[in-house]
Amino acid sequence: MPDSSARSTGARMAPLPAILHLPRRARVANRKRTVAAFAISAALLAAVVVAGQLSVEAATTADFTAKGLAPSLQHPFGTDWMGRDMFARTVSGLSTSVLVGLLAAGVSSVISLVLAAVAALGGRRADSAVTWIVDLVMGIPQLILIILISYALGKGFFGIVVAVALSHWPSLTRVLRAEILQCRQSPFVAHARKLGQSWPAIAVRHMLPYVFPQYLVGLILLFPHAILHEASATFLGFGLPPEIPAIGIILSESMSYLSAGMWWLAFFPGLALVAVILLFDVAGSNLRRIIDPHSAQE
Amino acid sequence: MPQYLLKQIARLLLLLVVISMVAFALVGLSPVDPVQANVGQAAYISMSEEKRAALAEYWGANTPLWERYLHWASGVVQGDFGTSLRFNAPVAHVIALRAGNTLLLMAVAWAVSGLLGFALGVIAALRRGTWVDKAVKGYCFVLAGTPTFWLGLVFLMVFAVGLGWFPVGFSVPIGKSAADVTLLDAVHHLVLPALTLSVLGVANIALHTREKAIDVLESDYIRFACARGLTTWQALRRHGMRNLLLPAITLQFASISEIFGGSVLVEQVFSYPGLGQAVVTAGLGGDAALFVGIVVVSAALVFAGNLCANILYGVVDPRIRRGEAAHAR
Repeated sequence: MPDSSARSTGARMAPLPAILHLPRRARVANRKRTVAAFAISAALLAAVVVAGQLSVEAATTADFTAKGLAPSLQHPFGTDWMGRDMFARTVSGLSTSVLVGLLAAGVSSVISLVLAAVAALGGRRADSAVTWIVDLVMGIPQLILIILISYALGKGFFGIVVAVALSHWPSLTRVLRAEILQCRQSPFVAHARKLGQSWPAIAVRHMLPYVFPQYLVGLILLFPHAILHEASATFLGFGLPPEIPAIGIILSESMSYLSAGMWWLAFFPGLALVAVILLFDVAGSNLRRIIDPHSAQE
Repeated sequence: MPQYLLKQIARLLLLLVVISMVAFALVGLSPVDPVQANVGQAAYISMSEEKRAALAEYWGANTPLWERYLHWASGVVQGDFGTSLRFNAPVAHVIALRAGNTLLLMAVAWAVSGLLGFALGVIAALRRGTWVDKAVKGYCFVLAGTPTFWLGLVFLMVFAVGLGWFPVGFSVPIGKSAADVTLLDAVHHLVLPALTLSVLGVANIALHTREKAIDVLESDYIRFACARGLTTWQALRRHGMRNLLLPAITLQFASISEIFGGSVLVEQVFSYPGLGQAVVTAGLGGDAALFVGIVVVSAALVFAGNLCANILYGVVDPRIRRGEAAHAR
């Protein structure tokens, strides 16, 4: 295990990862597999979003001749008490969840990038101010904060997106702040400075490429959290309104029918949500391997 | 040590003041009409305009925000957290009554998930690369992406509705007076919610412990210990445990925030009368006093967890003693 001792001192310093000792063919296959895993999971997610947007109508049309049917070939996930097809409802709910998650996580990551830059580059005052806000936000349980903000904004689509965005940035801010600090103190920035480059030029040419992979990875790892929290808040009644088919809505509606034995109302939609989140995880961890220079060779 | 504690208490007070302000401002900003949310849709429509105004006046919906905050804060200093509109009782009573249930639920889930997660992580690291390791990793991977409330619903469907082993909800049997409730009844009602929370809490700690244990197992001191003739397990137990415990403790105490969030969802699914269910009721019903009270209590809980972690560092790791621990924060 040539890389084992290096791992404990930090993966960044690893002199030669074990994978480089493999024959060239194995390496190429490994990289191809990573790219393929990323591409397939990203494509599946995109397919879910498109299919969901197309099936909104099917998801909301009631058919009272087919009420509460158990899963069958015609209705793979069964139908609910109004005869709506649960498969269509699930797919369109997933697409809502993914879109809300993308939006909220995107906004959240921008907040953390800005605050991290302010903290790392803005001097000591700014640094302690940002650190203090981070501690403050992390001091409230995340779900409670989401409920609070969403409630303050009157719930609904806007409320939940802002709530998720405003509650997920602290951990990424910490990571990015450390990263930017490290970059600022690195020799190559000092050299660039000595060579007479201006700070904006250094920021664009030297810092951005250094921080960007971490930012992208952080952003992608935010998605699953954002989606889960959106679904949770919606389930509790603080999120999307009941007209929109969303996983949280579907599951909270199913609560009243569980004791009647309609298990498919809750089982399949939740399982599908788990699948989507795992897809995001697969996409994220594979993309990280590709774009993070520290592990690009693995 | 006293100095360290005093400093922490000052930090806690500052944090609670700011959080209560933020919570109060957010609740006050909400466009949700407290009158409409409280009396219900049907009653609101049939109510006369004067009646609505009188209720708004009675609930203080028209006084300015800062005035309400000052009023509330001066009450809090005297131990009065205001009156809950939904439960029609002092907020302090509602919280005290429900905190017991929630703390019991959280404590059980916290302990079970911590111990189980730590054990699974160590086992996976010891059997690295085998099917045991893969099973633990797969379990954690899937559970990290599982919504708490959905797992609760599945457990409810399987164990309560399908098999009928456990009650469908509440913390005590329905229709039994409080005096007749036995400990067994309470435990019987606690099992499913606690199981849901524990099963999900395992993932994080198991994965981190596994990573750390692999690092430790590959370290020079473990290699040397093995060269002295110890088995891997002996070496790990005698030389590696402290190194493993430190991050595990941090992580487990830091997870209190997440467990609290999880308990909100679980309590909602199992109709378990705790703080989580109360905060949802308060939020949906526009009950500002109770809402703010629970937010403040939850922040205090999270703070207490982090403080415990800091103090335990010193106990587990002789290198970090009190002075340094205070310094590090």
